[in-house]
Amino acid sequence: MSDTVLFAMEAALNGLTVGIMYSLVALGFVLIFKASGIFNFAQGVMALFAALTLVGFQNGQVPFAPLINAIFGTSVHDFGFNMPSLLAIPATVVVMVGMAWLIERLVLKHLVNQEPIILFMATIGLAFFLEGLGDIMWGAEVKRLDVGIPQGMSGAVDDFTYNWLGYGFYLDTLNLWALVIAGIMVTALVIFSQYTKQGRALRAVADDHQAALSVGISLRFIWVLTWSIAGIVALVAGIMWGSKSGVQFSLSLIALKALPVLILGGFTSIPGAIVGGLLIGVGEKLFDFFMQPVIGGATENWFAYMLALVFLLFRPQGLFGEKIIERV
Amino acid sequence: MLYREAGDFKTSYASDNQTFPIRFDRVAYWVVMAFAFLVLPMIMGDYWANSVVVPFLIYVIAALGLNILIGYTGLLSLGTAAFMAVGAYATFKLTTSFPGMPIYIVFLLSGLITSAVGVLFGLPSLKIKGFYLAVATLAAQFFLIWLFTRVGWFFNYSTTGQISMPERSMFGVLITGASASSTAVYFTCLIFVVGMAWLARNLTRGTVGRSWMAIRDMDIAAEIIGVNPLIAKLSAFAVSSFFVGVAGALTFAVYLGAAEAGEAFGINKSFLVLFMVIIGGLGSILGSFLGAAFLVVLPVILKLLLVDTLGWPADLARHLEVMIIGALIIIVLIAEPHGIAALWRTIKDKLRLWPFPH
Repeated sequence: MSDTVLFAMEAALNGLTVGIMYSLVALGFVLIFKASGIFNFAQGVMALFAALTLVGFQNGQVPFAPLINAIFGTSVHDFGFNMPSLLAIPATVVVMVGMAWLIERLVLKHLVNQEPIILFMATIGLAFFLEGLGDIMWGAEVKRLDVGIPQGMSGAVDDFTYNWLGYGFYLDTLNLWALVIAGIMVTALVIFSQYTKQGRALRAVADDHQAALSVGISLRFIWVLTWSIAGIVALVAGIMWGSKSGVQFSLSLIALKALPVLILGGFTSIPGAIVGGLLIGVGEKLFDFFMQPVIGGATENWFAYMLALVFLLFRPQGLFGEKIIERV
Repeated sequence: MLYREAGDFKTSYASDNQTFPIRFDRVAYWVVMAFAFLVLPMIMGDYWANSVVVPFLIYVIAALGLNILIGYTGLLSLGTAAFMAVGAYATFKLTTSFPGMPIYIVFLLSGLITSAVGVLFGLPSLKIKGFYLAVATLAAQFFLIWLFTRVGWFFNYSTTGQISMPERSMFGVLITGASASSTAVYFTCLIFVVGMAWLARNLTRGTVGRSWMAIRDMDIAAEIIGVNPLIAKLSAFAVSSFFVGVAGALTFAVYLGAAEAGEAFGINKSFLVLFMVIIGGLGSILGSFLGAAFLVVLPVILKLLLVDTLGWPADLARHLEVMIIGALIIIVLIAEPHGIAALWRTIKDKLRLWPFPH
């Protein structure tokens, strides 16, 4: 095989694994959108906030340390101990669930029956609030996140492809783990929504709010539940992205790419989120690979959005979404 | 007792339809104008002009533009900053290619160029709406900024990738460049704000504006009563982009003087203008002014209060500002979805009846 084909294959393979990362964020969007019809712009920032909280717990940082220092003139920074990941992750989950409860209490409850666009703008506000809160709580500097997932070049893939094709593909082990974790998460979500009582209630709410209410399902509980699950998904996404490139603000910008992923996959489909993520990941890597000599690099910044734009013109509901039917 | 319709007899159709039906409002309008044109330039120092008043005026134009799109037509756009960048780069290319062209004409032409680009990116709005459209405008945001930072033609192949404004004057007064006086800059912005607010006000209460609002309230019903959605949506994009483009041109030419697309027109600026519109009031000209004033003054006040008085670190104050803005957006959407402008409307209704509310 010629070198170009091999390089393109490597680029595509890497795109596939980056795409899984996009899918992880997109999953959270889909969950909330299905259950409450809210397009949660804050999902990316939630991932950032979860990762920040996790790092903060791991390092035993004092929450709001910069603020406390500024007000009282002290110089507290951390409690002086490190929390093991096994303890820090459940603690972060508790924080995310608490946050979901607060969001329902303080924001969503008051915006029931508003137009989707108003709710969308409210989540933009939420994104900014969480962004500021995360920085004030844990400090704004770039942090390293390590929960024990192996990183670096995958030797197995390198050896295997070298023996097979005579050229070793470079693949990050972390991305392979992301693949595994995404698989586990999707399976868990499917099992949860198909076989448990709460999962069925969740699907009922997604289907029809009023009908669900009339058979005695508590909408507010379901919303808290959805936002909690979305928070946990955000935590997973935050861990993966954070381990890859450090916990920093750009995390929430990368997460914006989940939006075109959703347009491609459809807003209401969990498999769609996965496939969309993979398509975008492969697409942008291949586009960059082939077009770099022609129009220059860094096309990854916009390729996903332009692809989504083209898609919107021809198939607005995405690949797997339900057809958008408007009733008067 | 001043705030009354009573006794103010309208004798012609024109006077019945004027912008300010109440005499008090008319007087207030002229007082504000006199203050802005005659008094403020005298008493305003360079610091206030450059860091508060000029950005305020420019953001008013941008907010007016976005308000036409979101507040009047109901089309959500997250690409405002990219369209500002189009205006800025159009100004740069025009004024370096045709140095003799009067600079005000350059600003208006930049607005028109932005209009054309806006219509192009507004095409998807014919098929989609809501947050689908928001994603489509995000495409504009990222693609255009990439284009302006990568393609050398746009910044005349300068090595830094920056564009910088050469000195230009109008009516013999230097307006752009480092040595332009802050008064000249102020008057330039003020003239554009007054002109464009007048344009926006009269567009939105005429046929065009009504067709926009019909589309916003219910597009299918609007179509049935004879509003052409193609024309209404694309004209909203065109007019909105024109405003935003002029705002971008002014940002670059008279306010910043030099700009780099990624820094000056990043996605955060899009959000800032969006927040001005939400906080000020969706679908209100006055709201654009109030929202812009609020979000320009808030950081200045926070900085004065926290950094200069209490001695907090500057980055902490900035994070707090982000948090406050986010919380405010949520509070405004919950408590008063039509923003500060709606509060003003309520006050006016109460004033009319005061002091006998029953």
